[in-house]
Amino acid sequence: MERRSSEDTGTVKAPESRRQRKKRSKENKTRTVHANLLYDAANKGEENPNRHYANNKIKTTKYTVLSFLPKNLFEQFHRFANVYFVFIALLNFVPVVNAFQPELALAPVVFILSVTAIKDLWEDYRRHRSDKEINHMDCLVFSRAERRYVEKYWKEVRVGDFIRLRCNEILPADVLLLSSSDPDRLCHIETATLDGETNLKQRQVVRSFFDLDCEFDPLKYNSVIECEKPNNDLNRFRGYIIHRSGRRDALYKENLLLRGCTIRNTEEAVGIVIYAGHETKAMLNNNGPRYKRSKLERQMNVDVFWCVIILLVLCLFAAVGHGLWMFQYGDKRPVFDVLSPEGTDLSPIMSAIYLFLTMIIVFQVLIPISLFVSIEIVKICQVYFIHQDMDLYDEETDSHLQCRALNITEDLGQMQYIFSDKTGTLTENKMVFRRCTVAGVEYSHDANAKRLAMYQEMDSEEEECTSHGSTLPRRDSVTSHQSARVVLRSQSTKSHRRTGSRAEAKRASILSKHTAFSSPMEKDITPDPQLLDKVNDCSSQMDFMRFHSQPMSQLPSDLSDTIDFFIALTICNTVVVSSPDQPRHKVRMRFELKSPVKTIEDFIKRFTPSRLTSGSNSSSSSSLITNRSSNKGCSSLLSSPSAESTLTKLHEERSCGGLENAFSPVPPCYDGKASWNIEEGELRYEAESPDEAALVYAARAYKCSLVGRLPDQVTVELPHLGKLSFELLHTLGFDSTRKRMSVVVRHPLTDQITVYTKGADSVIMDLIKPPNTGNSKGKRQKKIVCRTQNYLNLYAADGLRTLCIAKKILSQEEYACWLQRHLEAETAIQGREELLFESALRLETNLQLLGATGIEDRLQDGVPETIASLRKAGLQIWVLTGDKQETAVNIAYACKLLDPEEEILTLNADSQEACALLLEESLHYIQAKFLCSSADQTTKAFHSSFAPFDLYPSSSLSSSSSHAAPFLVHRLGLVIDGRTLAYALDKSLEDRFLAVARSCRSVLCCRSTPLQKSMVVKLVRNKLKVMTLAIGDGANDVSMIQVADVGVGISGQEGMQAVMASDFALPRFRYLQKLLLVHGHWCYSRLANMILYFFYKNAMFVALIFWFQFYCGFSGSAMIDQWYLIFFNLMFSAFPQLITGTLDKDVSAETLQQLPQLYVNGQNSEEYKPYMFWMNMIDAFYQSLICFFIPYFAYADSDVDLFTWGTPITTLALFTILLHLGIETKTWTWMNWLSIAFSIALFFTVALCYNASCPTCYSPSNPYWTMQRLLKDPLFYLLCVITPVAALLPRYFYRACQGTLFPSPVQVGRQLDKLPADTRRNILSLSRVKVGSPLSPKPPFLSLSKASPKGCNKNDQRSITGSKTLEATQGHADEEKGRSCLSGPTDSEMHLSDLYTLVPSDIDTLPYTKDAPQPAEELQPPSTKVSECLDKTLEPSDVSLSGWITSTPLPTPADSVQLNLLPDGAPQCVRYTRNSEERLKPDHAVHPAHRTEQEVEQQLHTKL
Amino acid sequence: MMASSYNAKDEDGHITMSGPGGGTLRSKKPENTAFKQQRLPAWQPILTAGTVLPAFFIIGLIFIPIGIGLYVTSNNIKEFEIDYTGVDMSSPCFNCSQNFSWNSTKPCTCTIPFYLDQPYESNVFMYYGLSNFYQNHRRYVKSRDDSQLNGDMESLTKPSKECEPYASHENKPIAPCGAIANSMFNDTLELFYNDPNGTKIQIPLTTTGIAWWTDKHVKFRNPGGNNPNLTAVFQGTTKPVNWRKPVYELDADPENNGFINEDFIVWMRTAALPTFRKLYRIIQKKNNMVPTLPRGNYTLEVVYNYPVRSFEGRKRMILSTISWMGGKNPFLGIAYITVGSVCFFLGVVLLIIHHKYGNRNNSADISN
Repeated sequence: MERRSSEDTGTVKAPESRRQRKKRSKENKTRTVHANLLYDAANKGEENPNRHYANNKIKTTKYTVLSFLPKNLFEQFHRFANVYFVFIALLNFVPVVNAFQPELALAPVVFILSVTAIKDLWEDYRRHRSDKEINHMDCLVFSRAERRYVEKYWKEVRVGDFIRLRCNEILPADVLLLSSSDPDRLCHIETATLDGETNLKQRQVVRSFFDLDCEFDPLKYNSVIECEKPNNDLNRFRGYIIHRSGRRDALYKENLLLRGCTIRNTEEAVGIVIYAGHETKAMLNNNGPRYKRSKLERQMNVDVFWCVIILLVLCLFAAVGHGLWMFQYGDKRPVFDVLSPEGTDLSPIMSAIYLFLTMIIVFQVLIPISLFVSIEIVKICQVYFIHQDMDLYDEETDSHLQCRALNITEDLGQMQYIFSDKTGTLTENKMVFRRCTVAGVEYSHDANAKRLAMYQEMDSEEEECTSHGSTLPRRDSVTSHQSARVVLRSQSTKSHRRTGSRAEAKRASILSKHTAFSSPMEKDITPDPQLLDKVNDCSSQMDFMRFHSQPMSQLPSDLSDTIDFFIALTICNTVVVSSPDQPRHKVRMRFELKSPVKTIEDFIKRFTPSRLTSGSNSSSSSSLITNRSSNKGCSSLLSSPSAESTLTKLHEERSCGGLENAFSPVPPCYDGKASWNIEEGELRYEAESPDEAALVYAARAYKCSLVGRLPDQVTVELPHLGKLSFELLHTLGFDSTRKRMSVVVRHPLTDQITVYTKGADSVIMDLIKPPNTGNSKGKRQKKIVCRTQNYLNLYAADGLRTLCIAKKILSQEEYACWLQRHLEAETAIQGREELLFESALRLETNLQLLGATGIEDRLQDGVPETIASLRKAGLQIWVLTGDKQETAVNIAYACKLLDPEEEILTLNADSQEACALLLEESLHYIQAKFLCSSADQTTKAFHSSFAPFDLYPSSSLSSSSSHAAPFLVHRLGLVIDGRTLAYALDKSLEDRFLAVARSCRSVLCCRSTPLQKSMVVKLVRNKLKVMTLAIGDGANDVSMIQVADVGVGISGQEGMQAVMASDFALPRFRYLQKLLLVHGHWCYSRLANMILYFFYKNAMFVALIFWFQFYCGFSGSAMIDQWYLIFFNLMFSAFPQLITGTLDKDVSAETLQQLPQLYVNGQNSEEYKPYMFWMNMIDAFYQSLICFFIPYFAYADSDVDLFTWGTPITTLALFTILLHLGIETKTWTWMNWLSIAFSIALFFTVALCYNASCPTCYSPSNPYWTMQRLLKDPLFYLLCVITPVAALLPRYFYRACQGTLFPSPVQVGRQLDKLPADTRRNILSLSRVKVGSPLSPKPPFLSLSKASPKGCNKNDQRSITGSKTLEATQGHADEEKGRSCLSGPTDSEMHLSDLYTLVPSDIDTLPYTKDAPQPAEELQPPSTKVSECLDKTLEPSDVSLSGWITSTPLPTPADSVQLNLLPDGAPQCVRYTRNSEERLKPDHAVHPAHRTEQEVEQQLHTKL
Repeated sequence: MMASSYNAKDEDGHITMSGPGGGTLRSKKPENTAFKQQRLPAWQPILTAGTVLPAFFIIGLIFIPIGIGLYVTSNNIKEFEIDYTGVDMSSPCFNCSQNFSWNSTKPCTCTIPFYLDQPYESNVFMYYGLSNFYQNHRRYVKSRDDSQLNGDMESLTKPSKECEPYASHENKPIAPCGAIANSMFNDTLELFYNDPNGTKIQIPLTTTGIAWWTDKHVKFRNPGGNNPNLTAVFQGTTKPVNWRKPVYELDADPENNGFINEDFIVWMRTAALPTFRKLYRIIQKKNNMVPTLPRGNYTLEVVYNYPVRSFEGRKRMILSTISWMGGKNPFLGIAYITVGSVCFFLGVVLLIIHHKYGNRNNSADISN
């Protein structure tokens, strides 16, 4: 259900159309499309109004041969750094300031630019090739000249062309469907390439062409289409078609076939091209890879900025120095101060100014030109390795992690908050029908539950074998036809492979294992015998009544409810039926051809009383006999494929026959050959959401099978009654605001117009017609509502997804009235969506509740472990779900997000003010608790003695202080519902909400809309300045994924929208653990270290030249040869750092996963803190001082020349820099060794070659034979030994001391790594107990309470301090509390915390107490929800009841947490236990009895 | 920029379309290789006091002996230095030093007596030293034309623009052009041994072998190939403004004249630091019996041409023997000893740390 909730938000904002032609301005709001045929012949299309529209040739390349160079350069210069370096290179061409040979100075920037250009060129070429391939695909276009469809290339297709499409063809453009070979005038398409959804979608022929009997003839077409301008919204298309007659017909998205989709199940379709080429929706939706800037990069940019400052300071210093140096000579111009080339004398000031510019050139290395390139290379490598990780590969779906945003890998290591969707992310989104309640009676489906349990075992036991039907353990309840099913399933798999497209093949591979929509687990539901009996009973009665022409209304209401319930399950959906023997081929089972009611006349015509009464009844009864005989299966037919094909043929024939027999529910020609039992096994249901499928499968288990769906008719097979065709008048699709869907059908048996609605219980319950208590029927209704609500709570407590099923019978007048306005809405062009929405709201009122279903959504593998480990890693996990609160809470318990031992604050408010107050008080409570726990030394001591945290004495401090300040994260869970969230997200409350939420360990937002999800993420991200990760799988998570720093999509079963919007796509939630803890950590620490190293390296190198300025009169001279200077970064020192940046592992993957605490390292940015930049700078300056002055003194007052002295300095610097990297390198693989050796060898080789190459070139250094001479000089070697040692001594010493005196957690992890494997395992298993506990500590008080014999005895200090703080706010409840505090330990069970837990969790986390009856009389204007809740709980009977229930002895005392408050201060302990179904059942058996109808009603009203 | 379009293939605008039958199912399962799974065998040094301290001791133990050796070697080098700038009134060269001009026609000669208190046994290298002379000035360093110096005829007549403003004088190209050549050191130093018996013996000074062999034979070439008539070769050029005589009159020896004059070559190798010395002459050891320079009184006769007062420079004459490690410079020895000692000391500190904290830490790390 969730998945469809927000397709609008799902569509990614596309970039503006690439080619906004000026011509386009002619068309203002709409586009008008004429048929090209009218213009083709006449005058070469000169007057063709379509000529301005883009043709279908796509060109995704950025460049042409000619434009490549200028355009690519232009694009590259968008990057500021490139402009800067070009500026510097150009500065070199100015003679007065030039520092290097101008040509040489261009080298680095040209190198960088050309590397990028070559890469762009290559990519563009690839794009060009694939463009070409696509442009040259064939399609059939109608040609006027030849009067037939001719093959043309895609690129030749123009707007206004008629295109003929055949089955399995891919659409070349956006086409308006004008004709289809399908008798229903439908066309099925598969949109997997657009949104990843593999289910078939139906598209309809434009209504005006609907009734064409003969084939569509393009030559006769002369209508004009007016529609929207091209836009990227896949789910919207509006327009109308104007016929020559002047008639207008509206066009919908159902009429439009989108480019890139594949035609399925339809032999032929004809359409007119509306949008072509780049204007198609598919192309407009293509936005290139995402570009985000990571936190590390942002931090780096700050330091780049600092580098600029340092650079300017150095330059300024040198300039001033030069001015002074010049000034000291005065007029006596020394010989070495060369005049300017013109022979003019420069004043010191002018010289200084020129020198400033020169120095910028000389020191340019300080701004690391290669840093950006290096980072990108490293990131590409990191992405490559993440891709290659076997642990992130999901065998089941043959998919691995995808990195879609390539430059934020390191952000993965710095996450602080995770926002997760629930359905499909934490859970498998494999919906399994578990139980249902019909007409107030619960059917527990025990057999079904057992079956599921069996599957679970099987899953773990034989993962590999599940695809083979024979290995499935057979259950006695399932007869042989199940094995037939299994065989069929594998057949379907094969046939899928045959048909080919990659997506399908992938899907087939998925299908072969357990999968969303059709795994045996979901398909084979063991019916509850009781309910099955009832259904049979009911249908046989109906059969009987129909046979005897008795009105159906005489049916006992519980029976009619039952059958209605199943009918609703079967038809109230959008499931498409297909038979797998012919994949994607719709089962044709058409009995009448009739369009949905579209006009009033139509309506009147159809619903004339005569037809309603006599005609249909007789025909249906006649058909019934035949049907019944056919019910017995002839299963032998199934075995041979030929039999199958005959069957299909038969169906085809039948459908033809059906066409002739319009208006009869069951065709007379149907003479009972088919066996529905068999076909039922063959039918495949393709649902848009898995729970729809689950419900249809569930209904099928009760022999209510959906056998066919057409746009205007649904065919259902019922026991005894045979096939019934429901005329489908309207389908009001699901949307996330309404949270329900409805179908309007005409019931074939009663001929009543019936609305079946299925939706979230909270919504449906509000729409239930208030029962008239006067008569017995009303009372019954009331009882049903009340009981159903109870069961719903029970389901929710079980973690089931609940849906309510309701119906409504419309009188013809009502329907006519509604229809009129609905039709208006449908035909409206402006604001159609809103009007339709309102129309739906008008219809879905005064419903009659039929029942409710509970669907289980199983947790994915490893979710609790992953959550536990992520939480240990210091990540705050928030779950934002659209599910109802109870379901969400229970899933949260199941996945260990909430701990039964922790207290839960539940915020449910009705109004802004109530919400404000609730937040305020929660805050008070938290503060009180915080004060209390900090003051409570004894508890602390107890705690610390119990769970010593010695492994990381330092890290425990840092970790707790880092993400706690100023709030401490308590053992608190916060549950908030969507409505309260809406209030809480208000500007005035958001701070308070955050204050509360951030101090809770886990936050659960239920019933939240996609927009709220993104708002929450945005709020946390912006206000708390933390790194956020959003993970989700559905379209409703897209906005959240886009807002978060890192968006992760689960490439699961809910289509690809989330994946499309995400930065990383994972096959499973549990992979998040390795992705964050291992890869995130590695990427972060590697990159952080590399960036720091880069800054260090450049600063160190540049400082060498700076020191030299003191000895060359600040003249901007450099003792380092310009070649070395320029290529030092680019070549000599480039490779080792890349290798280290790519491969270095500070801690092994195993240890990182076993000690999630190490993740804190990245969260706190411990590898790269601002001070570290400066430390590195200082170290760089120190090292450069050493590297400069040791050679300086060694060569002082000698006959050494400038470059013979500078070359050793360069060499020394290189050695020092490489050794520095060596110190920082944690793992030395052969690649590290090789890269360092290579660097050194490269330097010497280049130096030797360079110095031997040309005796007269390379002015001014002219280093001929310098290196060769140096290599003969022992002094050179002596320098090479001492200088790096001296330079690196402090760092080495510091690292050693740090490693011993205050090792970081990471270092400890590394030490663990070095231990032999078994020792390490022992230690880790030992330390996990101890290390784990402090980070996810048991709250001291709770451990105390555990220790005490009675779970409800908690420490008192807390409650006393707490109550003091809160006394003022607490109304009359305080008094009792005060009393209880004073009365000391005896009634210590009652204290503040209990009050709080009572308020939220008693009411809301416990489903039974939640709906604590609240007599209406007691609702004297309650100002706050709190007091209201208090009142509620103070209501005597119920509380005592709940108290009584929960104080029964529990099997798991550890689960106890909640305390309840009783009216007269009598201590009452309420315990909450999870997963104890045995206990729950008696509960709810007792509970409803105590509820009065008023209470329920009250509850319903206050609920939302 | 690079990374952002890494997998552009998947996203840049195409709906991936594979024709029917193209669905060969190849598993995307990553290969299980040590490299791809980042499990390459690796050495993982952990820097703690315990692991690092041997390195410190080893460095210390190696460096200190080297340092001592270097220091002794350096101390064995004999070096004598005399400043003849003539800043003081008392200095014999005071008068000459007052002459500021580069182009004074009248050579000024001064004689400086000195006493060597120990004999110089081996070959003695005679240097001239300049202080405060910024031969490493950026514009100065550039101001030369290497192809002219390499004997390129074209460059001879059309010096590179790098030589500006010392490229031409009175419309004639300057050979050798540029500021470096222009400011060539042109004092003449002569050394006399005052025999105890009163006679003044001129010590023979070798003028060749003072430049790099590659400079003399590869980098610097006279124009016109082996044409011995340098006067004709340099026809049409003019001498640098500050020079007294043209380049082809630097030495009488044709092998040491013109651009391949070694004094010139040595000067053209610009010094690294503002205080520098340049090799001037070599005093060859005659035989093993007599020291090259016996103890006694000597006289340095200077033809004082080179003005240094404009930049407060100093001029020195240095006599030095050399060892395998070059001239006298105790710094490296001291540096080695210092670094070695520091390493040793830090090693000790680490040892203490290791003993005090290392064990505790290990136990804390591991046992907890």
